[in-house]
Amino acid sequence: MRFGVVIFPGSNCDRDCIHVLGSVLRQDVVELWHGKATVDGVDCVVLPGGFAYGDYLRAGAIAATAPVINAVREFATSGGAVIGICNGFQILLEAGLLPGAMLRNDVLQFRCRDVRMRVESTRTPFTSGLRVGQVLRMPIAHGEGNFYAPAPMLDAMEQAGQIVFRYCDAAGAVAAEANPNGAARSIAGISNQQGNVLGLMPHPERASEAILGSTHGRLLFQSAIGWIEGRRSSVVAVR
Amino acid sequence: MATVRIIVTLKQGVLDAQGQAVRQGLRALGYGAVHDVKVGRYVELTVPDTYPPEEIRELCDRLLANPLIEEWRLEGASEPASKRASHSGRPRSEARSPKPEAWGLH
Repeated sequence: MRFGVVIFPGSNCDRDCIHVLGSVLRQDVVELWHGKATVDGVDCVVLPGGFAYGDYLRAGAIAATAPVINAVREFATSGGAVIGICNGFQILLEAGLLPGAMLRNDVLQFRCRDVRMRVESTRTPFTSGLRVGQVLRMPIAHGEGNFYAPAPMLDAMEQAGQIVFRYCDAAGAVAAEANPNGAARSIAGISNQQGNVLGLMPHPERASEAILGSTHGRLLFQSAIGWIEGRRSSVVAVR
Repeated sequence: MATVRIIVTLKQGVLDAQGQAVRQGLRALGYGAVHDVKVGRYVELTVPDTYPPEEIRELCDRLLANPLIEEWRLEGASEPASKRASHSGRPRSEARSPKPEAWGLH
């Protein structure tokens, strides 16, 4: 499996993603530079966290105009698996690959701590190996993770099964106290309508080794590997 | 050349965390009578005198403001000029991306 990790000026979780995919999960990983309009034939695109272009204007706004995003858009349109983590999620929103927008945390603070989130959908490549209701623990680190969309848009997303993760407590209950940033309907992650593009605020790449306190993040990448393998064999079967 | 001065603010009803934080700061300094604070963004463009106004509108809606959460107006105007958020049509950032060489960062 070949993963591509997009690097913008200001990305700072790119190395962590490359480490987990390459050294922990033993996959091929290539770096995709923001200035080149190609995803280099990879099986899966990862938009890592950080502060692309210094988050100037709005988080993700300038990054969304980078040449590589046109290639990511084409890849996504053809059904390719795309994951945007934290700043990567913000970039996908600004690029229009995912619906909604991100506001500053309602607590007026940058939040850096472990959270729990409940799996709401298994239609995405990254949750295909999980089960609905499963509770995952991984860290967040952001000042703008307050997901926002107008109510009719949120309703449409719920109906289409686009809510993928919600912040929850240890027992899996979605409660205001477990929501670290004020996100609408406790949303921690969403997908596009087709389900192949996922954006989430928590950092799976920081929870993929036991020494870091949680290995739940690894489940997302392992799911994607299984999903891509399944997609390949079904293509072969059709042929 | 002409100068276009654009002010971008969060829409009414959208949480302005920066405004709230500034209000807290003002209170701490004793300016408790300040009832509300909104923080926005000021952008100044230098364009040819003949620059089409519809292009100003387009670039504001596509990049300078996010129509889902923000509105924009030209400095001096009392009413926001931005359109209502539209979720149809092409993604805001699609096409018109500068060519790679224009980025100069690689």
